[in-house]
Amino acid sequence: MTADRSKTGAVAVTGLGLVTSLGVGKADNWTKLCGGQSGVRYIRRFATTGLKTRIAAAVDDLSAEPFDTPALCNSFATHAVEEALAESAIGRRGDFPGPLFLAIPPLELEWQRRLELATASGAAEPTFDDLLRTAANGQFRDIDQRCQHGSVALLLQQKFGTRGSPISVNTACASGASALQLGVEAIRRGDTQAALCVGTDAPVNFEALIRFSLLSALSTRNDPPSRASKPFSKDRDGFVIGEGAAALVLENVDAARARGATILGLITGIGESVDPFHRTRANPDGKPIAACIAQAIADAGISAHEIDYVNAHGTSTPENDMTEYLALSTIMGERVRRVAVSSNKSMIGHTLSAAGAIEAVFTVLTLQHQRLPPTINYFEPDPDIPLDVVPNVARDATIRRALSNSFGFGGQNVSLLIEAE
Amino acid sequence: MTEIDREIWITGVGLVSPLGESDDAHSQAFATQPTRANLSDWAPYIFYPLTTVDFGKQIPKKSDQRQMAQCQRIGTYAAGLALQSAGLNGDAARLAKIDIIATTVGGERDMAVDTAVLSGLQGAADPAAFLNERLMADLRPTFFLGQLPNLLAGNIAIVHGITGSALTLLGDEAAGVDTVRIAAARIAGGQSELVLAGAGYNGSRKDLLLYLIAAGHALSGELQPVFERASRGGGIALSSIGAFLVLESAEHARERSARPIAKLTRVVADAAGVDIVARETALERLWSQLAPQLKPRHLAVISGASGAEPATSAERNFLQRHALPLRATGSHTGHASHAQFPMNVAIAALLLQQRRLYPASSSFECNIPDDPVVEQIVVTGVGRNYGEGLALLDAFGVGM
Repeated sequence: MTADRSKTGAVAVTGLGLVTSLGVGKADNWTKLCGGQSGVRYIRRFATTGLKTRIAAAVDDLSAEPFDTPALCNSFATHAVEEALAESAIGRRGDFPGPLFLAIPPLELEWQRRLELATASGAAEPTFDDLLRTAANGQFRDIDQRCQHGSVALLLQQKFGTRGSPISVNTACASGASALQLGVEAIRRGDTQAALCVGTDAPVNFEALIRFSLLSALSTRNDPPSRASKPFSKDRDGFVIGEGAAALVLENVDAARARGATILGLITGIGESVDPFHRTRANPDGKPIAACIAQAIADAGISAHEIDYVNAHGTSTPENDMTEYLALSTIMGERVRRVAVSSNKSMIGHTLSAAGAIEAVFTVLTLQHQRLPPTINYFEPDPDIPLDVVPNVARDATIRRALSNSFGFGGQNVSLLIEAE
Repeated sequence: MTEIDREIWITGVGLVSPLGESDDAHSQAFATQPTRANLSDWAPYIFYPLTTVDFGKQIPKKSDQRQMAQCQRIGTYAAGLALQSAGLNGDAARLAKIDIIATTVGGERDMAVDTAVLSGLQGAADPAAFLNERLMADLRPTFFLGQLPNLLAGNIAIVHGITGSALTLLGDEAAGVDTVRIAAARIAGGQSELVLAGAGYNGSRKDLLLYLIAAGHALSGELQPVFERASRGGGIALSSIGAFLVLESAEHARERSARPIAKLTRVVADAAGVDIVARETALERLWSQLAPQLKPRHLAVISGASGAEPATSAERNFLQRHALPLRATGSHTGHASHAQFPMNVAIAALLLQQRRLYPASSSFECNIPDDPVVEQIVVTGVGRNYGEGLALLDAFGVGM
C-alpha cells in the first residue's frame, strides 16, 4: 500500500445505533429530533439544591447496576452497539471481525463508593490514611478494575468479541469523532476490513455538573428546561449537559459490497487540528478550526462549495458558536449564508465524549432521509452569525455531502466529511 | 495487525523518572543502579518519587505550570526533552505538523477536600445539599483542567507550540502500548510523518495507591525485584515517569538530516482478559507475529513487568520459555502504568545505540547469560489487570 492511497479513501458505514435523552434506538430518536422535541429536563437523578444549573438531557430510559458512570457508559454503549450490529449483520454474535474504538470519559471512584469506604473505616472524621487502611479489607477489590479508564472498552470487547486491543480515546468534546477517525484510519491502512466505533458518556452527575458550572460553561436558564439550549441565538448562555451513546459499524467499501451489506453512508474525509490558544477556549479568529475543516474537505477530495449541510458542533456557548461561524465563513466565503447549518445539541444537549459519534449518526440519518433536523429555540437570531440554522422546524432538502464538526476542551478539533452512498 | 510498510525511526527520546532526567542520567543510573525507592513515607507501602525537576526548563511560564496537574507537568517536560533530543525545539515549521499521541491517568483528586467532605457528609442533615454546597465552594476550576487526561496533549501543544493534531488514549498500561502502536501504524501507513508519542504519570498520589491497595496490587514490606515478588503475593511500587518518543518516517528524518537512535520495527498488542493462561497464550501469539523478524543471536528483552500478580507470573512463564537475556526496568524505576511502555521503548532505543544491556540485578535476570552484542530488543508491556503488548526495536546500521 502506498502512502498516498492509505491517506484517503471512503469508508462505508453499515450499521448505526443510538441512545440519547430522546430515546433508545435511532428510529425513535430521528422522529423526535425532526419533530423538534427537546430531551432537556429537570434533573431527577440527584438533588440540585444550591446549584445554578438544574437541568440536563439525561437518558432516563436506561438504568445500570451499580448506578455509576462506568456502568451507565457500558449500558448506553451496549444498547447502541446491539442496534448497530443488528443493522449491519456483520460477523457472528459475539464475534465482531475488527477492533473496537471507544470514546469514553475518564472514570474514577465516585462519591457513593467513597462514602462507603469512609463509613466502613469507622472513623467519624476519616483521614485519607483511614481510607487506605479500609481499602485493604478486600471488600473494595472491584474499584481498581472498574475505575480504570479502559474498563468499559474491555467489557464491550468481551461481549461483542472485537479483535485485538480495544482502544479507549478521549479528546474531550471531540472524542466521538476521534474514535471514528481511528476506525477510518485503521481501515484505510488495511489493518482491518471493519471497525466498531462507539462514543459513550454519562456525565449527568453532580460532580460533573459542578465542574462545568465552575468553568461558567453551562446554561443557567432552567425554566423551562427545553428552552435552555439555543445554539446560534443571540441570547445563548452556555451548553446543557447531555448523555448517551452511538455506535457505527465501519467497513472497507469493497468488503461491504462483497458481502452484500447495505451501505448507509460513506465517511470520505477527516480533518484534525490542535489549537494551542488556550486550555478551554478556541482561538477567537477560528483559524485552527478552519484548518481542521479545510483538511476534512481536502481529505475527501472535494471543494468547499460541494458541502450541502453542516452538522455543527453548535454547543450554545457564546464563544463556540461565534468561532464556529467564523471558521465556516473562512472556508465557505459568502456561500456560508446559504448552507444549512444545524445543531442537534439544541435538543439532546452536549453529550460530551459521545457527541462526535452521536452527531455522526444523526448526520448519516440526515443524508439517508434527505431531511434536515432543526436548531430549536431559535427565536432571537444573533446578527453576527448570519446562518441558515434550519430554525425550529425540520425540512426536506437535497443533500449529498455533509460536514460534522467536533471541537474539544484542550483544543482538539475533528471534522468528518460524510456523504450519501 | 499492521504490516510495517515504511521504516520508522526513533529520532528523539525524552525521559524523566525517579532515576533522573535525560538519556545520560538514565544510562548512568541503569549502570550503577542506585535505590531510589521511598520505603518510609507511605510505610508499609513503597513508592518511587520523581527526581528533582526544574519544570521551568521546559515549561517556562509559571502560569502554564500552575494550570497543570503534576502528571501533565511531567509529561509536558518529557515531551520537551524529546523534541530537544530530536532537534525539533524551535523549529516552528515542523512543530506545526507534529501529531501528538499521548496517554495519562489524569483524575488527580484533592484529598484534603475529599476527606473534609466525607467527614462532613457522614453527619450532614441533608447529605445531597451538603455535597453540592461543599463541592461548589471547594473545587477549583483549574483542578478540573488538571483532571482531564486530554489536557496533557493540550498542554504539550500550548507549551511547545504544536498545531498538528492531538489524540489521547485512556486505559492504564495498555494505553501506553497502544499509544506507541497507533503512532507507529500511522507512520507506517503514511498517515503521519512525525509523531510525538508518550505518557506522563504521577505515581506520588495516595488516591492512586488506594486503587492498588483495594485490588491487592500494592507492594508492601520488603522491596524485591519485580520478578522475585510472587512468593509474597506480588505488588506494585508506584512511580512517576514522563516518557516521550519522537517517531518519524525514515524519509522525513533523512530529509531533515535527523539521526536515528534506533528503528521501531513492529508493535503488536492484544487484550486477552484476566485469565493467566489466556494471557500467556496471548503473549505467545504476539511473539509469533514478531518471529519472522527476530534474530535470536543478538536479541534481548526489556520487560515492563509491574510486580502485580498474576500478571507478572504470566509474563515470567512466557519469558522463561524464550530464554533470552532480560532486564526489567521496574525493579529500578518502580511502575508508572501508562508511562512504563513508552519509557521502556526509549530505554531500549538508547541501549541499542550502545549495543549492550546494563548489569543484571535479579536472579531471574541472571538465569540467561547476556549476548555480548545486542542488536534487537523486544519490549514487553503486560498490564496489571489486562492488556498485553510487545514492541520490536532494531539497532540502527545493522543489516536487516
